[in-house]
Amino acid sequence: MSNLLILIPVALFMGGLGLAAFLWSLKSGQYEDLDGAAWRALDDGNDKPEA
Amino acid sequence: MSCCAPGTEGALEFEKISHGLPSSEELWLASRDLGNGLRQTDLSVPGVHCGTCIVTVEGALKADPLVTRARVNLSTKRVSFVWKAEENGQRTDPVGLVRRIAATGYDAHLFSSAEEANDAYRNELIRAVAISGFAAANIMLLSVSVWSGASDATRDLFHWISGLIAGPVLIFAGRFFYRSAWSALKHGRTNMDVPISLAITLSYAMSLWETIHHGPHAWFDATVSLLFFLLIGRTLDHVMRDKARSAITGLARLSPRGATVINRDGSREYRPVEDIRPGDRVAIAAGDRIPVDGKVIAGLSDIDMSIVNGESQPVAAGAGSTLQAGTLSLTGSLVLEATATARDSFLSEIIGLMEAAEGGRARYRRIADRAAQYYSPAVHLLALLSFLGWGIFGGDWKQAMLIATSVLIITCPCALGLAVPVVQVVAAGRLFQNGIMVKEGSAMERLAEIDSVLFDKTGTLTSGRPRLTNRGETSAEMLEIAAGLALHSRHPLSQALVSAASSARDFADVTERPGEGLEAMTDQGVYRLGNRRFASGRAEEQGEGSEIASEVVLSLDHRPLETFRFEDMPRPGAQKAVAALAREGFQTVVLSGDRAPVVKDLAARLGIADWRAALSPREKADYCAGASKAGHKVLMVGDGINDAPALSAAHVSMAPATAADIGRQAADFVFLRDGLEAVPLAIEISRRAGRLIRENFALAIGYNVLAVPIAIAGYATPLVASIAMSTSSMIVVLNALRLNRLAKAEVAASPEKTASDTDIQGARFA
Repeated sequence: MSNLLILIPVALFMGGLGLAAFLWSLKSGQYEDLDGAAWRALDDGNDKPEA
Repeated sequence: MSCCAPGTEGALEFEKISHGLPSSEELWLASRDLGNGLRQTDLSVPGVHCGTCIVTVEGALKADPLVTRARVNLSTKRVSFVWKAEENGQRTDPVGLVRRIAATGYDAHLFSSAEEANDAYRNELIRAVAISGFAAANIMLLSVSVWSGASDATRDLFHWISGLIAGPVLIFAGRFFYRSAWSALKHGRTNMDVPISLAITLSYAMSLWETIHHGPHAWFDATVSLLFFLLIGRTLDHVMRDKARSAITGLARLSPRGATVINRDGSREYRPVEDIRPGDRVAIAAGDRIPVDGKVIAGLSDIDMSIVNGESQPVAAGAGSTLQAGTLSLTGSLVLEATATARDSFLSEIIGLMEAAEGGRARYRRIADRAAQYYSPAVHLLALLSFLGWGIFGGDWKQAMLIATSVLIITCPCALGLAVPVVQVVAAGRLFQNGIMVKEGSAMERLAEIDSVLFDKTGTLTSGRPRLTNRGETSAEMLEIAAGLALHSRHPLSQALVSAASSARDFADVTERPGEGLEAMTDQGVYRLGNRRFASGRAEEQGEGSEIASEVVLSLDHRPLETFRFEDMPRPGAQKAVAALAREGFQTVVLSGDRAPVVKDLAARLGIADWRAALSPREKADYCAGASKAGHKVLMVGDGINDAPALSAAHVSMAPATAADIGRQAADFVFLRDGLEAVPLAIEISRRAGRLIRENFALAIGYNVLAVPIAIAGYATPLVASIAMSTSSMIVVLNALRLNRLAKAEVAASPEKTASDTDIQGARFA
């Protein structure tokens, strides 16, 4: 019983972390252009940060 | 396969690049001010489809020092770039930037303002799916422990944690259903969301009560996974509509945003269309659309009216002619005196007619709502009866309440809620692959019911562009000379000549005479290309062209050299499409605003017996309304402004991508490809979707017939409920996916069908 008191919050916390990561990626527009992202991953052109 | 090199067809194309670009003023008007002297422009680039396209377009823009940022969105086929409004104190001309894109061979144009609000709603739905999914997974984890034998304090703890997770989720993710159910109840109606809302609320309340009283059964997992499944269905439905909408708004705007107004003092000023008042003088250049109704006070031009009234041949206009908003000035510049504001122009008359024509869309009740009409009273009655029955005969009212709740949970239309959207999303995906956009799911339900198809002529049954018909009889040299002249004109017949010619001779000195033709001074003499009277230089000469075909004569020093004939050719696949519709037993009718001989000829050629010519927009809409009053369910296929009222009066409607803005908005389906096969294909897929939806309903109801007695008998523990619910949902989804297989089988079968066409077979053996 006592290990449950640790394990359940840990499980919930880790699940929540995943959820938060997803919500953040949604908000920052990472799902706006899925087709484009698939191609951009293959683009090995100039990937230096823009000046 | 050449992937990314459109626009390399020939040098002739290069000439065309500078045509059709938005004007500098229009781009300024459409761009957004970001502050700091930066402006952002969004353009639709329908040609991009792969990684190289992204690099090409972005590279071309970034090469310009004025552009600070450029990004292509491949999913929506748009590019957005930020540019400096001023460079060295000079106002930037954004057309130069657009020309950079055009020079890479990609078409770029402005689109109707995008609806950002829908994006926000989609994100809200996805967020709700994510949160309910998270909650469902965690609660299920705890529930499995309870089912495997956790008892006493451990079980209570698990129930409490589940309840704490489920509560906020119910409010956050359930609000979509509560809101919809409430608005239905407020209007005295019921929809699928009413039993859903009731089931999730009651099951939550019941489970909470059980938890407080240390009961063995709690349905938190059922509550939340139900929400999760249903939200998936809802989100898919929304994403499907979103995709279609963004594809449609990405099409080129046909109506102008503004026009150049000539002030009293002779100065010129570019004004948005809304700010043009009656009495203003508007300068119209060749190739511009007329922004408002007006009267010509100076200039000569040929006017293309096809999109306004279906008339296929351009009409000459000079001082005194009245022009309707939306028509296109082809060959000359005009000065127009506005007689109405944009809001009172021809277009607004059409909008009025559209509003009056209350079409199938407004009256139609979604199939799911119709099912709910019978379903929810039956379910609620059943739950009430089992509550009363167990209470009266069993005597234990608490037990009775538990059983009534489990009946509600078991019958909760999880599968019913998924039955319709999943099928429609799969069907819309099939249509999307074939270049057909569906605005909303109910359009497919309506399309499956039709029994007759009405076609507009110009631009729908025909391609709306004339084509050279007697190429075989003309000499290549004459065609080359004619194309060289025609290159200098925007007249549709000239453009048809240019596209028919493989090469064009170079002429230095070409003048265009609106309403007559083109003239070139050369060492050999004076070449003329135009109507017979103009080419031969004799006013009394009559054209030989029949009413159906148009002709253009090429002459050297008034000596006719060659006659070119043109016709507005049927769209590719028109014949096959009409034949396919006839085979399926649909009644087909042509409704055209064009003159009778032209309509009759085309109808005969396509094998359509019933045709009406010279119809006004109101008459077209009345025809649709009359047909539906006579008990017919009609599909209207049209493209022009004059078709818009009929499109909204019909039970369901379709428009090609080349249609006028308002026609595309009024239509339920928009097809992007040239071929008219889209019409029978859309009907076919909609019918299959309808069949699958009915199958899914049958499956869902069959499941209920099996499961309800178990619940009423009192054997539906939470474990049984969640197994039953998930399997029924899965069966429904798998059944919907069968549509993919059916449609693929059809695609595989179709080449055999066409192989019987001799020319295709010939091509194959050649």
